[in-house]
This record gives sequence, structure tokens and C-alpha cells, in this order.
Amino acid sequence: MTFPITITVNGKSHEMEVDPRTLLVHFLREECQLTGTHVGCDTSNCGACTVLLNGEAVKSCTVLAVQANDQEVQTVEGLASPDGPYTPIQEGFRQEHGLQCGYCTSGMLMAGTALLKEIESPTEEEIREHLEGNLCRCTGYEMIVRSIQWAAEHPDGIPVKIGEES
Amino acid sequence: MSLVGARVIRKEDPNLISGRGQFVDDVKIAGTAHMVFVRSIEAHARIKDIDVSAALECEGVIGVWTATNLELGPLPGVPGLERPALAKDKVRFVGEAVAVVVAENRYAAADGAELVLVDYEPLGVVTNIGDAIAENAPLLYEAVGSNTVMEVPSPDDHQQIIDEAPHSVSMHIVNNRCAPSPMEPMVCLADHGPSGLTLWASFQAPHHLRNTVSSWLGIAQDQCRVITPDVGGGFGAKVNFTPELFIAPTLSKLLGRPIKYTQTRSECMTQMYHGRAQEQDVDIAFDDEGKILALRVMVYQDQGGYADPTGMGLPALTTTMAAGCYLIPNVSVAWKNVVTNTTPVAAYRGAGRPEASYLIERAVDQIAYTLGIDPVEVRRRNYIATENFPYATHSEIAVYDSGNFAGCMNELLNIMDYDAIRTEQEGNRDDPTKPLLGVGFASWLEIAGFGPPGSLEGFGHLGSWESVQVRIQPDGSAIIYTGASPHGQGTVTTFAQIASDYLGIEFDKISVRHGDTATIPQGIGTLGSRAVAVGGEGVKTASMKIVERAKKVAAHLLEANPDDLIVEQGNFSVKGTPSQTVSWGEVAWTSFRPLEIPEDVEPGSLDTTVLQQVPNFSFPSGAYGCVVEIDKDTGDTRVRDMYLVDDCGTVISPMLAEGQVHGGVAQGIAQALYEEVKYDKNGQPTTGTFVDYLIPAAPELPSFTSGRICTPTPNNTLGAKGIGESGSVGAPPAVINAVVDALRHLDVTHVDMPATPQKIWRILQGDKK
Repeated sequence: MTFPITITVNGKSHEMEVDPRTLLVHFLREECQLTGTHVGCDTSNCGACTVLLNGEAVKSCTVLAVQANDQEVQTVEGLASPDGPYTPIQEGFRQEHGLQCGYCTSGMLMAGTALLKEIESPTEEEIREHLEGNLCRCTGYEMIVRSIQWAAEHPDGIPVKIGEES
Repeated sequence: MSLVGARVIRKEDPNLISGRGQFVDDVKIAGTAHMVFVRSIEAHARIKDIDVSAALECEGVIGVWTATNLELGPLPGVPGLERPALAKDKVRFVGEAVAVVVAENRYAAADGAELVLVDYEPLGVVTNIGDAIAENAPLLYEAVGSNTVMEVPSPDDHQQIIDEAPHSVSMHIVNNRCAPSPMEPMVCLADHGPSGLTLWASFQAPHHLRNTVSSWLGIAQDQCRVITPDVGGGFGAKVNFTPELFIAPTLSKLLGRPIKYTQTRSECMTQMYHGRAQEQDVDIAFDDEGKILALRVMVYQDQGGYADPTGMGLPALTTTMAAGCYLIPNVSVAWKNVVTNTTPVAAYRGAGRPEASYLIERAVDQIAYTLGIDPVEVRRRNYIATENFPYATHSEIAVYDSGNFAGCMNELLNIMDYDAIRTEQEGNRDDPTKPLLGVGFASWLEIAGFGPPGSLEGFGHLGSWESVQVRIQPDGSAIIYTGASPHGQGTVTTFAQIASDYLGIEFDKISVRHGDTATIPQGIGTLGSRAVAVGGEGVKTASMKIVERAKKVAAHLLEANPDDLIVEQGNFSVKGTPSQTVSWGEVAWTSFRPLEIPEDVEPGSLDTTVLQQVPNFSFPSGAYGCVVEIDKDTGDTRVRDMYLVDDCGTVISPMLAEGQVHGGVAQGIAQALYEEVKYDKNGQPTTGTFVDYLIPAAPELPSFTSGRICTPTPNNTLGAKGIGESGSVGAPPAVINAVVDALRHLDVTHVDMPATPQKIWRILQGDKK
């Protein structure tokens, strides 16, 4: 049994028949071929799969694709257009070494994006509280906090094109 | 300007921040089938029957295999204790693979696995060292006759010295079992076609995997290509030979299709080898001044259900480093390796050294407590002095290269206001509105830079060198190929920094490639804090060789003497005559044109490979200070401040080095306060997901205050010691010393890790342990 759905992902409409149990994260990774969103656990703890659903951060491993029917999803691939520039949050992670292995990074970027929409200049404590649902095993979080602070302090980012070294 | 030591933005980041990284599960090949394991629900049992009939009927299932219809040799391991690829007669831990289902997609494979029925006859279970070594304990290996599978006694237990010393303290220390938990679990994809095997794997040592898998499958190494693309963390747990790495290639060949295996987190918690899981009996003897007279350490290492060569070696590393940074005239060490019905144990960030620093730093704090001397002062009275290097320890493995232990402590006290913290601690104790404060120290030392010849061969590696190939391209850019196989360390950046300095080529014109046995000459891998200390040195060696050859070409073009040339910023020029210059691009281009180069220069000479060796290990050290706050009502314990002074010798990339320390310290705090893999008495894991196994998130951790001391290692010309494991070695004792310090007024002398709110609350209620 399949179910027809239409989901707008990064501005592009995806119309498909899916098995009703298909998780949104698998829909994004397998059907939309957007592999920037990762799976790090099976209990909604790690947040590696965080995407924006109608602008709000959700864990896409805990949303069925059919629940996102007729809605808008933004993934990490939708942050910057292919020829740049990076969004402030992406640039912040680069400037402040907010990532090491990079596996949790997409989720952190999306959670950070949602945070800065809600609070323009968050305190360290607010940043840490907002990232409660995103686990990173590499950084110890301080540099992630600094990355998000960098983004808050540079709302226009810096105009570095993707692929260019700063 | 030198790039070594400069703050550099990583080359790795653009792909990873735009969703364009490529982890194994992101690799898609047409026709791929998916593999899911059926895993034992019993910790110790005989397998009576496996019924796969319902699974075979399941829609989308291609096949189901067990040890009966897929006859495979045991996995590479410790002779007599090898792990079968699929359990045959009995299972030895919950989660052991008993069958494998292949289906058209991962959902169907999981459906099929649910329908496999396994009939078990349960056996007696041992889940901890004490039960395993008890008389009449159920045996995991009847043929071995004991659950103690290896025993290394001490030639001299120093009993008389301990008996006659003015003071001695005995401690039983538990180093809690941890799950390494990289954010990306194990994933592999095998494509075994008529022309050979390509195996993508989330692994730290691609050539090690290639060499082992090809020999296990009986195929030539040229027919076996291992690719480790972006790897989502490893922490030592992705160098073990687990069943999927062998079964996926086998089934790919059998079915003629690529096979992908994506481990779930719940599987990862029982499949990916655990770390620590050690108990120690420690006796330390000392005089009235707190000078240490003797140290005796007996280590019991839990190996889990199957012994791994690295797991078996962990106590050797612990006992080697047991004396830490102290001058101890008499050291006695011994150990036992014990099997239990639990997940196998091997390397986890630090692998044997966190266990050493924890025991000696706890013991030194006990000396301070016993004599009423400040813990900083006791440490100072026992440090090995700077003039004593190189320092030969009780272990023939360890000759400390360099260090300044007192200098690290002095720097620590520069960046933390110890007196103010003590005053605050006093004030808080009787103020019901304030938390209890504790302050703890660790003067830690570890062994890194693996290593000198022979150091990794014992763990099954081909060698202990690292490979670096520098290949100048015709336009004057450079590609560095290396067997170091990073998974977050930033090696692409640090190696490019080193290469830029020694090649004189701009950072932006240097690429570093890794993780593919088809393109990298040979290699060992990234483990044991070795990438920079061994591979980085290789980058320098190879770069200098290339420059020497390039100078011949440049000298020819400039009509100058090669010895008079210098190279920097992409140009060769004549010393003292900066106008006489030729670009790296011109030199590179010319080097490929036989008619334009000197007769004694081979075309294509600007390409060289080195297998870099180092003569000795390096010994990173440091002094950490920790301030904890304990809620008097709930026992909730948090690290408020963490002060970190590291000495890793020369720092290549300060921002990346800081990141390595932060990550290691976070894992160390996690071990001290939050994380522990636990089993019930039947061997069922009770911490099988991230709901129960508490990886700290951002709110649980503080920001860190850092300082640095630099004593370069003499064992490589860069002077770099390695930094990857430092934090996880130094943090646990600093945190627990702080926790115990906070509870000293209750006469508490020790708290086992993790110091959970429940444990602390009980102590606050009067249970002193």
C-alpha cells in the first residue's frame, strides 16, 4: 500500500507515492537524494536529522513523510544556494571550528538557524538550552556555541563564495 | 609566514557545512540490497534451532543466512578466542549476530529479521569481572577452562616496602565501561563484482581493513579496494573487525549485488566495541612528606564476550603509564584479562591511558588527604623534574621524551584562582542556598604518537610507520596522499599547513587525500594520537625531499646553484637576489618535460613517497583543574569550571588543537559524571539507547579556560606530540577529585564513576560508602 504525497523541499516540489511508514528523513535521503541530513540514533535523542518543517526545527526521524504532506521542508542543502554565499550560521561554524567529523553538523546548523530566527542575539545559556536536543561527540560544544554567537554578530555573514578559501 | 602554528580555517568544512559531505550511507550504487542482522537476545546460551521460513516469505526478502548455510571462518582475533562471523553453537553476549537477512530495502530487511525465530537454551551468565573469576563461574570458553584468558604476574609485589613504609593506602578503583558512540554508527557497503571487491566502510584504518579482509576472503590485495570517505567519528571504536565487514563482501559476491549495512544506534550500543571496563587494586606507599615510595597496581580488564587484540593489550598500556608524571622508585604491575557475557571491549579514546591517569591521580589525592597536605603540593613533591628527561620508567615500553610537569601546574594556577575557589567553597558549605563546591586536579600524562617500530604490529597492523606521498602537479599545486585516515581531526588542514611551510607552496594550492587504498600507496591509519606526530612528520620529510629535487630544476632555469636557492610563497629565488626568481608552476611544468631539464634529473621526479618512522613514543601531558557544584538537595553534580593546560609539544593548528582538547575533555567529563554501560544480572543491556546512555548535550557542559606549555618532543623534527586523546585522559580524575573534594567534610574518600545524582544523594543522606 502506498500513499501519494507532495512535499516542498528547499523550494522544489516532490510528488511521490510512499509507503505510509516511510520516515521523513528516509524520504529526504532516499527519494529526494538529499543526503546532507543524517541519522544518528533511533530514539529522537541526537538531532542529526534536524530539518525545518514550515520553518520550525523538527527531528525528521520522528516525522512520517505523510505527516509532511503539503508542507515545506528546508534541509541543510537549502541553506545556501549552490554558488554561495553561506548563511551566517554556516560561515560561523567554519570561522569558529564548530565542527570536526561533520556528522552532527547539518542538524546543528538547522537547530541554530531556528534559534536565531527566534532570538536574534542569544546568550551562551540560551544557545546551550536550545541545542539540548542535538548531540555532538567531537567538539564538546563550546565551539558550536561560539559559531552561533559569530552568526548572531554577523547577520550578513561574510561574502565568501562556496568553494573559496578565506 | 609560517603556517605551522597559525590559526587556519579548515579545508574540510565547505562540504560538511553545505550537506555535501559523503558518508558511507550517502554512497548510492544501483542495485544495492540491504542487510540486517538477527541478534542474540540471550547473553549466554546454546543455539538449538533457527527457523528462517517465515522470514523467507516476507515481501522483499532476498535471502536469510545463518552459520549453517553460510559457512565462514572465524573473524581475525586472538587465537583460541576468535569470534565467529555468525554465532554457530552458542552466543556469548546480547546482540551477537546469529543470522543475516538481505532484502530489497532496509525496511523489508528489518521486517524479515523480525520473523527469524531462534530457539535458545540459556546458560549461566557472568556480566562482571568479580563473577567471572569466582570459583565455579559459568565458562564462556569451556576449552580454555577459565574466564581468565590471560595473566601477567609481577616479578616483585614490593610487599615489604609497602609494609615498612610510614604510610600506605589501598584503593579498589572501577573504571566504568563506556560506549564510544561516534555520531555515525558503523556503516559499510560492499560491491564484490567479477573484477574484485570495493568496500566502503566507516573505519579509521582503510589499509588495515583492506589487508585483513582480502586475506580473510582469499583474494589478492590488488583486487580489494577499501574506501573510507567522510567518517562520522571513530574514537578508537572503528578499527575493530566486526562481522558486517566480512559478511557484506561475502554476500555481495554470492548475490552479485552491492550490499549495504547501516547500523542502528541501538545495534551500535551492543555491537561497537566498548572501552574502559577495568578494575584495579592499587596500593601506594609514601613517607611523612608525601613522597611516594612504592606503587603496586593489579589490573583486571573485562574483555567482554570475545577477546580483541587491542582489548587484550589495554592493561599493558595502563600498567605502562601507571606511575604518571611522578618519580616513583618502586613500581609493581600485574594484570588479568577476563571474559564476560558482555559486548567485547577494545580501544576507546585513550585506550588504557585514561585508566592509568585516573588511578594514579586518585591515589595521589588520597596521599594528600591522608597527610592533610594540599593536593597541589603533594604533586609538586613527586614530579619528575625537567632535567630527568629522557626518563626511563618501570616499563621498558615507556621512556618519557620531554615534559615540564611543574610548569604545567604553575600555568594552571595562573589561569585559575585557586585561593578564591577555596574561600568560596568554605562559604558555600554551610549556606543552604548555595551548592557544595569541590575543586580537583589532575597532572596527567599519556603515551601517544604510535609509533616506533613494533608498537602497532602487535595489534595486527602491518607496521607502525605512516605513509605520505607528495605529488607535485604540472601547474605547481600539490596533492598529498596519506595513509592517515582522519574522521574529524582536521588532518587535511594540518597536513596542508605543514606541506605549505616545507614545500613553499601556498596553502590554497595543496590538497590532502586519504581513505582510499586504490590511490594511497600504503598506510596504517588514524589512532593513538599519531596522525601529526608520525604522518605529519612524514609530510615534512617528503616535502623536503621534493624541494631538494625541485631546486635542481629551478637552478637549471635560473642558471644558478641549487644550494643558493630558497623557496617560499610559490617561488624559487636566489638568496640575496630576490629579483632572480622562478615560480613553482614553471618549475613543476618543466619537471615533466625531458628536453628542458638537466640530464641528471628524471622527468616526473617531483613525486615521492615516504613511510615515516619515529624512534620513540611521545608523551603529551598537562595539568587540569576542575570545579564542580553539587546540589545539596538532589545530589545533581555539574562541572562549573574546567581549566586546561596542555603540553602537546609543537602545535600545528591552535584552533584545531583546542577543538581536540575540548572534545576529549567532554568525553572525560561524560565518563566521570554521566556515562556507564550497564547490564542486569541476566546480561541484558539496560543502557541500550541514547535515552538510557547519557551522552552530554550542550547544557551539561561548561565553556573551558585554556593555557599551554610547550616542550617539543625530540622524537620528530616538528616537535609535535599528539593531542587527540589528551582530554579524555586528563578530565576524569580532575572531575572525580573535585567531586570527592566537595564531599570531604563528610569523610568521603572515593566516589566511583559515573558520579550520578543518585550516588551523590545517597552520600549526602549519610551513606558514606
